[in-house]
Amino acid sequence: MAGMVEKRGLSHWLTHAGLILGVLVIFFPIWLAFVASTVSQQDIVRPPMPLLPGDQFFENYRRALVAGVNAPVAWMLFNSMVMAMGIAIGKIVISLLSAFAIVYFRFPGRMLFFWLIFLTLMLPVEVRIVPTYEVIAGFGMLNSYTGLILPLIASATATFLFRQFFLTIPDELAEAARVDGAGPMRFFVDILVPMSRTNIAALFVILFIYGWNQYLWPLLITTDPSMNTIVMGIKQMFPSGDDLADWPVIMATSILAMLPPVVVVIAMQKLFIRGLVDSEK
Amino acid sequence: MATVTLTGIHKSYGKTEVIHGIDIDIADGELIVIVGPSGCGKSTLLRMVAGLETITSGDLLIDGARLNDAEPMDRNIAMVFQNYALYPHMSVADNMGYALKIARRPKGEIAERVQAAAKMLQLEPYLARKPRELSGGQRQRVAMGRAIVRDPAVFLFDEPLSNLDAKLRVQMRLEIKALQRKLGVTSLYVTHDQVEAMTLADRMIVMNAGVAEQIGTPLDVYERPATVFAAQFIGSPAMNVLPARAEGRVARLANGIGIETGTDASGDVLVGMRPEHMERDPDGPIALDIRMAEPLGANTLLHGSLAGIAQEIVVSLPGVHREDVMAGSARFRIAPEACHLFDAGTGRRL
Amino acid sequence: MEKRVTFKGIWLPILLVAPQVAVTGVFFFFPAGQAIWQSLFIPDPFGLSMQWVGLGNFEYLLGNSFYRASFLTTAIFSVSVTVVSMAIALYLAVLADRLIKGSGTYRTLLIWPYAVAPAVAGVLWLFMFNTRIGVVTWYLGQLGYDWNHVLNEAEAMGLVVLASSWGRISYNFLFFLAGLQAIPRSVIEAAAIDGARFWTRFRTIVWPLLSPVTFFLLVVNIVYAFFETFGVIHTITGGGPQQATTILVYKVYADGFVGQDLGSSAAQSVILLVVVGILTVIQFKYIERKVHY
Repeated sequence: MAGMVEKRGLSHWLTHAGLILGVLVIFFPIWLAFVASTVSQQDIVRPPMPLLPGDQFFENYRRALVAGVNAPVAWMLFNSMVMAMGIAIGKIVISLLSAFAIVYFRFPGRMLFFWLIFLTLMLPVEVRIVPTYEVIAGFGMLNSYTGLILPLIASATATFLFRQFFLTIPDELAEAARVDGAGPMRFFVDILVPMSRTNIAALFVILFIYGWNQYLWPLLITTDPSMNTIVMGIKQMFPSGDDLADWPVIMATSILAMLPPVVVVIAMQKLFIRGLVDSEK
Repeated sequence: MATVTLTGIHKSYGKTEVIHGIDIDIADGELIVIVGPSGCGKSTLLRMVAGLETITSGDLLIDGARLNDAEPMDRNIAMVFQNYALYPHMSVADNMGYALKIARRPKGEIAERVQAAAKMLQLEPYLARKPRELSGGQRQRVAMGRAIVRDPAVFLFDEPLSNLDAKLRVQMRLEIKALQRKLGVTSLYVTHDQVEAMTLADRMIVMNAGVAEQIGTPLDVYERPATVFAAQFIGSPAMNVLPARAEGRVARLANGIGIETGTDASGDVLVGMRPEHMERDPDGPIALDIRMAEPLGANTLLHGSLAGIAQEIVVSLPGVHREDVMAGSARFRIAPEACHLFDAGTGRRL
Repeated sequence: MEKRVTFKGIWLPILLVAPQVAVTGVFFFFPAGQAIWQSLFIPDPFGLSMQWVGLGNFEYLLGNSFYRASFLTTAIFSVSVTVVSMAIALYLAVLADRLIKGSGTYRTLLIWPYAVAPAVAGVLWLFMFNTRIGVVTWYLGQLGYDWNHVLNEAEAMGLVVLASSWGRISYNFLFFLAGLQAIPRSVIEAAAIDGARFWTRFRTIVWPLLSPVTFFLLVVNIVYAFFETFGVIHTITGGGPQQATTILVYKVYADGFVGQDLGSSAAQSVILLVVVGILTVIQFKYIERKVHY
């Protein structure tokens, strides 16, 4: 709100200029990727490459989506979608259920469960990656959607969030529901879940992006190119030796890889911000 | 329509007993107000009737059936909560019809009953709205409507008016009274506001520290308070209570003044005089040193003390009396039958 | 905080927590326990059996110059990422906060790189700085600077820092802007009336009031740089050249999966676990009561 004090004249325009410069600098890598996805390989390998889009847009994207390098990118997009949705929905569902149980019931082991939740808040998947891989391999879940999804929903961050939210709901609502004759599951479905829908949506946005952007985990457990997700698949498109990479297709794939999460963030900006703030609180 | 009987109701949390045995027979259609200061256990008592708190010992009978362990929904009660507890994501109509929907009543019947209740409460224009789009008074009505729609045997009200502003509170109080009369449903009503208790109750339970100090009609409690607590809690401003020694029908205050009481007693007592029962009388025995006068319009409150006694005394005189006129001192008398005598040890009425 | 009202029943709640217990048990606690257990063994040369070495893996690691170098690399990397991304974000947030109208538009324009996966960010930056065809490399060459992050360790580190900071600016910008907008206008105006110019106001009023947000971001960014930048490193440098960009998380992967040294990799996981534990405690202890939104 510093703006209220000095607002007119030159400094006003300098402020805009500074911001626009910032936006352009931040945009630049993506712009370049987009340009690269619309020109031919020859344009790129003879530096400097052009800074304005070319006419190969459809050709490059068609090649990426249909053929790709190891697997069609359309497949990888589908895999990513399954993984991101699976993680977001799976985590939300199991977290809603268990948060409901620990807030609205008293049962043996409740406190133990609560502390276990707290523990999981601390450990990113990267830390326990090797043994987790062995577990998945042991279950024969390599190259499967279950293997991609389950280990990433094995943390209780969302449970913790829902618990915090449920605690803010007045006790009287549950009492009113009981007087109205609602049993626990009825209360959960008719009242608790609808009341949580903003939180659910905000969390969904965050989890979708989290799931979509996973890299290390899919890299480890999907050896079959047809199970690759798009984010990890890009790196697989680089040739191993000294051969020249197929830059237009790689860049088209990069644009395709960032498109869904970016659309989600922009379309649901309010929910996204709320989700970020919630999940860091 | 139902009778409600509480016999020896106790409530303990662990080793701490918070309700020490409540007994009352409530007749069909009666409106019972449970009144007392915060923390006296009045809400706990109501919640035990509702089935939201377990009853540690004693019996709760509704229409003769013992319902101590029944689920709230099986007690045929409806409850109006202090903060209304409306489901924020449901429309007014859905809020009111939720219990019927759970009871799997046909859609047509639900709509009909919601409509009828809405009409009674003048809520018809708001049926499609969400609670957050309503004013405080309207939300209160919806909470009432939700209770009415179920056509229960007993209404339970938990301080339903305490979230409203003063003017609306008076209006809703009258509406609740009229509605309860019209529907004739047995009701328990919890409040900390003695005016609400006086105006609404057929009978009231004056509660203090988990004990029913007195159960009786409002006028009973006002005219013949059973304990010092009941005497001071009901009536505004509160009754003046002074320690005295009773000598037959005269109570002698610490400064030697004798007041005729109309009650035969002896030994240490407490003598209670309502401010509005004290009358100006140049020959009266009570000489008040007036410290301050508060003209309220219809009456004037005089604050002062008696010579030799530190305790503050309040007198309420009808009409306007200016401070300058009243400054200094004045003498008062009180009719013997308006004096209340209490045992100094137990606080019980003599 | 506890609920006054609860529903009755024991089996229903147990049923409700069962899916979470199963998933976290199998995919979280078991592997985490395994990591701790494995950190106490070394496999024989043929990988057929495991030999108990107690804390031997830890002793070896802490005495190993590569591992200690990786610690240093991680420190340099995370501090750089944190400082670069926070400085740029703060600069932009202060500018956006000066606007009465339009800060929302800039916010929209600036937040979405958050959605770009670190691995994709890595590819984008690799493309710009590619030694053969990169645009930035070419322009640098025109200026007489020969960029080669494949060989030059400092340049490799610089590049992964830039690529990691880039996506992070959005996040920091968002929190800084919210923090700035939460500072009451009256405080700023009072300072202005007292004659403080913009810089003085920023230094003496805004910056101190913003410090809870700054501290919060500091911890969160360090955690990010520690764990979530694997994709950037793997796509751009693969930890090289000569391990110059091998941060701890990358080393867990490299030793465990590429090198197949499970005992060492597990011991590294345990050390990381301790580091995260400390960071989390700091976060809970200070953030909980200081950051208010």
